[in-house]
Amino acid sequence: MRGPNEPVLEVKNLCSYIPTSRGVIKPVNNISFSIGAGEIVALVGESGSGKSVTALSIMGLNSPSIKYEKDSVISFKGENLLKMKKRQMKKIRGNEISMIFQDPMSSLNPLHPIGKQIAEPIQLHQGVSYQKAKEIVVNLLAKVGIPDPENRLNDYPHQLSGGMRQRIMIAMALACNPSLLIADEPTTALDVTIQAQILNVMRDLQKDTGISILIITHDLGVVAEMADRVLVMYCGEIVEEGDVYSLFKNPQHPYTKGLLASVPKLRGASEKLLHTIPGAVPNPLELPKGCNFSGRCSYATEKCLTEAPNLVETGKDRRAACWHIVDLQTEEVTVHA
Amino acid sequence: MQFRLMFQRLFNEKLAFVSMIFLLLLLFLSLFASWIVPFDPNKQDLTKVMLPPDGTYWFGTDELGRDVFSRVLMGAQAAIQAGVVAILIPLFVGVPLGIISGYLGGIIDDIFMRIVDAILSFPAILLALGITGALGVSLWNAMIAIGIIFTPQFARLARGQTLQVRREPYVEAAKISGAGPLWIMMKHILPNILSPIIVQASFSFSLAILVEASLSFLGMGAQSPQVSWGGMLHQAYSMIFVNPYMMLFPGLAILISVLAGNFFGDGLRVAIDPKMKRS
Repeated sequence: MRGPNEPVLEVKNLCSYIPTSRGVIKPVNNISFSIGAGEIVALVGESGSGKSVTALSIMGLNSPSIKYEKDSVISFKGENLLKMKKRQMKKIRGNEISMIFQDPMSSLNPLHPIGKQIAEPIQLHQGVSYQKAKEIVVNLLAKVGIPDPENRLNDYPHQLSGGMRQRIMIAMALACNPSLLIADEPTTALDVTIQAQILNVMRDLQKDTGISILIITHDLGVVAEMADRVLVMYCGEIVEEGDVYSLFKNPQHPYTKGLLASVPKLRGASEKLLHTIPGAVPNPLELPKGCNFSGRCSYATEKCLTEAPNLVETGKDRRAACWHIVDLQTEEVTVHA
Repeated sequence: MQFRLMFQRLFNEKLAFVSMIFLLLLLFLSLFASWIVPFDPNKQDLTKVMLPPDGTYWFGTDELGRDVFSRVLMGAQAAIQAGVVAILIPLFVGVPLGIISGYLGGIIDDIFMRIVDAILSFPAILLALGITGALGVSLWNAMIAIGIIFTPQFARLARGQTLQVRREPYVEAAKISGAGPLWIMMKHILPNILSPIIVQASFSFSLAILVEASLSFLGMGAQSPQVSWGGMLHQAYSMIFVNPYMMLFPGLAILISVLAGNFFGDGLRVAIDPKMKRS
């Protein structure tokens, strides 16, 4: 089932730009990645790194002010979504690709009972009445772990807790058996215990249905829990890619290394301050000439300031965009020795 | 269940509740006025001209000997009709236009809103006079004119509310489910912007009664033999020193109806959104 040999989604040279009066902003700058059938890929990065723009580009729901370069391709089952007409795109949304959001509190319409909301994509895509969709809805509710689903159909969103609502959102997203689910920070707004439950629900459903998941997060704990493969984004570019085990064990890009070091640890927490990456994300209108991370990187040399590194193959299924990959590796070796 | 809660809050607003009862009574009277009236409102009796109120003629008689009480009851019909038609037009024209304008935005929004601005730039009564002048003088045309005058306010309100609601995550979620603009506007936007529109409708209802009375007073509304409160005032004002009762009762009818409409609107606003303070 796993394996990227037959990608469901393939993003090639995705490059978006917003022309503003002060210059051109590139929220996503020339990124390429693919998601295989049944694969869970995590897209990691801080706020403003272009994660959500990437997700909305796939859904075709970016604001019209965001334009795409001509050679950008988002290929879903062999068809370029960026070239698709609105009508065709509508048939894919919610049917073949669906999405869940960060905030389940406001993602449900407060005026409709949940049963009707889950049935919405089924009604839209299969043209059946609510009465007929009901049976599917009850099954979905049971699948996402809602007890006594028949009697929950007429509940309103305000009668449910945050975790329950996120389950409803997942049920709604899965209503038409899509082949790709985009989860945009699905657990950020939830309690830690509920987070674990929601992640479990998603993982179980993934095993049952073989759906591919693109999970967008800044929580490395979620990544470790869920993902098969990780993409690290910084300033609209992918700076590192790899399978979750080798990336966590051996980060090749200084930014990834910094992110991993910034995770609070239980042991030794009282002795040391939490690690932070110095500096701030550069202004998207005044990106540095060389590597975007050069201003905050402790490994930066003259070359980093003048020349931007490309994303290159660095090992089996590993890619990184840094001039100092070798140095980092030797350091890794010295630490372990 | 939410509806019951709303009714409970409305009940707690005593003034609004009394107003609601009065408006319901008015509705009842206007529906069955023809059967209730003690005398034919248009039957003249020149032997009993301009009598003060007494046991037979509760509100007295006018200069042609017609029973003022019967005429006030019949006048309720015109008032209620005007109120209903004048809010149905903006509800079915203004609100959809406002939602479309707010949801789609862009050039459609610009065009609709400039038309709305143009209509709003006229004084309401002048516009109503102009429209009835153009369509011909009758109660029906006066009601249409009032409806047209109210349409921009409803369009504005609906547009403003839509602009707020369209950014809600559940609208985004519906888009992601594959819903088109029409589906989203009908199923997600409209229900969520309905409460301020209902409140606006109740205020407009009382304002419509007032505008209809003004138009009839100016002779551009209901025409004889149709009875309207404004028309009665018009007849009465030349007799004000001879028989002030002729003016008192239709005037009171207008006053109380309009006040009831406004109090009801206020109470409804509080009942629908309890967070909103009473002004």
